[in-house]
Amino acid sequence: MGRKTIFFSNLREAGKPEQTETGKLMDWIANLLIPLIKSLILVIGLLVGFAYMTWAERKLCARFQLRYGPNRAGPFGLLQPVADAFKAIFKEEAIFGQVHSKVIYVIAPGISLAAALLAFAVVPVGPTINSFQVFGFQVPDISLHLAADVNIGVLYLFAIAGLGTYGIVLGGWSSNNKYSLLGALRTTAQLISYELPMGLAIVSVLLLSESLSLVKIVEKQAVLPFVVLQPVAALIYLICGLAETNRSPFDLPETENELVSGFATEYGGIKFAVFFMAEYINMIVVSAVTATLFLGGWQWPAFLADLHPLIAVGLFFVKTAFVLFLFVWIRASLPRVRYDKLMKFCWKFLFPLALVNLAVTAVVVALLPG
Amino acid sequence: MELALFVVLAVIAVIAAAGVVLSKKAATGALFLLLNFCTLAGLYILLNAQFIAVAQVIIYAGAIVVLFLFVLMLLSPGKEESQDRKPYIRVFAVFLAVLMLGEVGYVAFTGVLSGTPGQYTPEKIAEVGNVQAIGQVLFTDFLLPFELASVLLLVGIVGAVVLAKREL
Amino acid sequence: MLSDYTFIGIFVVVAIAFPIIALALAFFVRPKKPDAVKSSTYECGLETIGETWVQFRVQYYVYALVFVVFDIETVFLYPWAVAYNKLGLFALVEMFIFLAILVGGLIYAWRKGALEWV
Repeated sequence: MGRKTIFFSNLREAGKPEQTETGKLMDWIANLLIPLIKSLILVIGLLVGFAYMTWAERKLCARFQLRYGPNRAGPFGLLQPVADAFKAIFKEEAIFGQVHSKVIYVIAPGISLAAALLAFAVVPVGPTINSFQVFGFQVPDISLHLAADVNIGVLYLFAIAGLGTYGIVLGGWSSNNKYSLLGALRTTAQLISYELPMGLAIVSVLLLSESLSLVKIVEKQAVLPFVVLQPVAALIYLICGLAETNRSPFDLPETENELVSGFATEYGGIKFAVFFMAEYINMIVVSAVTATLFLGGWQWPAFLADLHPLIAVGLFFVKTAFVLFLFVWIRASLPRVRYDKLMKFCWKFLFPLALVNLAVTAVVVALLPG
Repeated sequence: MELALFVVLAVIAVIAAAGVVLSKKAATGALFLLLNFCTLAGLYILLNAQFIAVAQVIIYAGAIVVLFLFVLMLLSPGKEESQDRKPYIRVFAVFLAVLMLGEVGYVAFTGVLSGTPGQYTPEKIAEVGNVQAIGQVLFTDFLLPFELASVLLLVGIVGAVVLAKREL
Repeated sequence: MLSDYTFIGIFVVVAIAFPIIALALAFFVRPKKPDAVKSSTYECGLETIGETWVQFRVQYYVYALVFVVFDIETVFLYPWAVAYNKLGLFALVEMFIFLAILVGGLIYAWRKGALEWV
């Protein structure tokens, strides 16, 4: 028993009995194929979500401004996202210019999109459907979580949010353009600053949930969603969510009128589309996480959620859609803030507020057990 | 399967680490470093240390590499490659590298670090939860190091502010 | 438990593969007619003057440094928060001391004007 054996025995799951060949095959299918199918469903779902989010946003903004919005491609302009996708794919790109590093220029949008997609891996969509029988065939339990129920779920989200920064920063830096570089610098400072109050707001939720697993957090909210107990944290999270996804009024990274689209100035065609996709999927993720952490996810209100698992999933989608609508509503209503005010607001207001909120929550939880 | 995962992650980690040292451009190096940190997080998860894995990504991949990129953007491009490499520095570096490699090899083969199993076995951790277990230990047994860490962090802030003021 | 991490692992692969597929697809079907003007740096139609790099203030860097410190603090808060109910009032006092020291740092930076965006 040397050091190496100890090390490798840690890697294996303890106490697995020997299995037959078919058993092993079934094991592989269960271990690899099902997660693969789940991931594909999730990615395709997010893609469709992204496509129709762009459509919904254009329609809604049009309503806010008394316009029609897209209405040519298909009924109600519903095929507009498809047309946009084809346009992006077949668009010639003004290639490379004098970019600093071709490799980084090309993979930067990819990093952005991959990070945005990854965040959804821990967000539970719905409860478990208990096993039932169809035509005498026993269907096993189907978990509608569609996500990993890991005991570090919330921290995982926090980590992935940090990684998402790199796509924009590297993209802006490698473009070798004054606007892009300024945009990249601003973005970095903005994104890292707003990560702090966001993290603190989540901590005060954890004081109530006592678990980092998003599934457990949702289950805790069967009676009362956390937005009632933690209104300040919810508000801070939403504001930081706007800033982290570069949404108006915090869309400083891409200010059209001063930085000509900022980090994305030198991007076109599919690469721009990938950045765009990342932004919208990030928005969907932030909305879904808001729905999960503060609005009770699929669990609340319990009398509706208990009727059928699919209704519970519907609840989750309605809440996510509601937060997404808030995003669009805010965009249509508020002007962009000035950069120094943005930083001041974060460091001198949101961050201290989040700390005070955390302290108050901790004291209240200590005084009122249960 | 765990062994296969370990091998894949380890190979990527080693390649990424080599990439950090060998890449000509600082930005590519930073990216390789990012990749390296992420694969290390994967290795931590294989070792059932989920909290360390996420902390690795949040602090190293999420915060420290941002610092590097900041330097990269603040510096003028083209000046990033250092020119003056004196030969004796290289010899010294090779010497240090060999020394460290020897040390790591010695420790790995003699098994000095294996130690005795403590109170927190994998089963216990799975029961109370990894992060919860760390919280309980950190705020009872390791209280003093934890509070001292805050002083260390305070020194970090003060240092940053003082340095910035001098530059202005 | 472990299967959840398998799922995340596979999801990582899928999430990385997806942008690669998107970028590769467009690479094969899009027209390629490069010329010097198309690949020049965009600056609203004007010729670019001088280097891209402009003098930045060290201010940006201070934000990053202060961010790292408070990021580490936040990571420490997570295990504290989930173990809080089991630790009791003692943990509250501990965390107040920890935070007080760091808030002291924040106030120092604030007073010295390091958080001032200029």
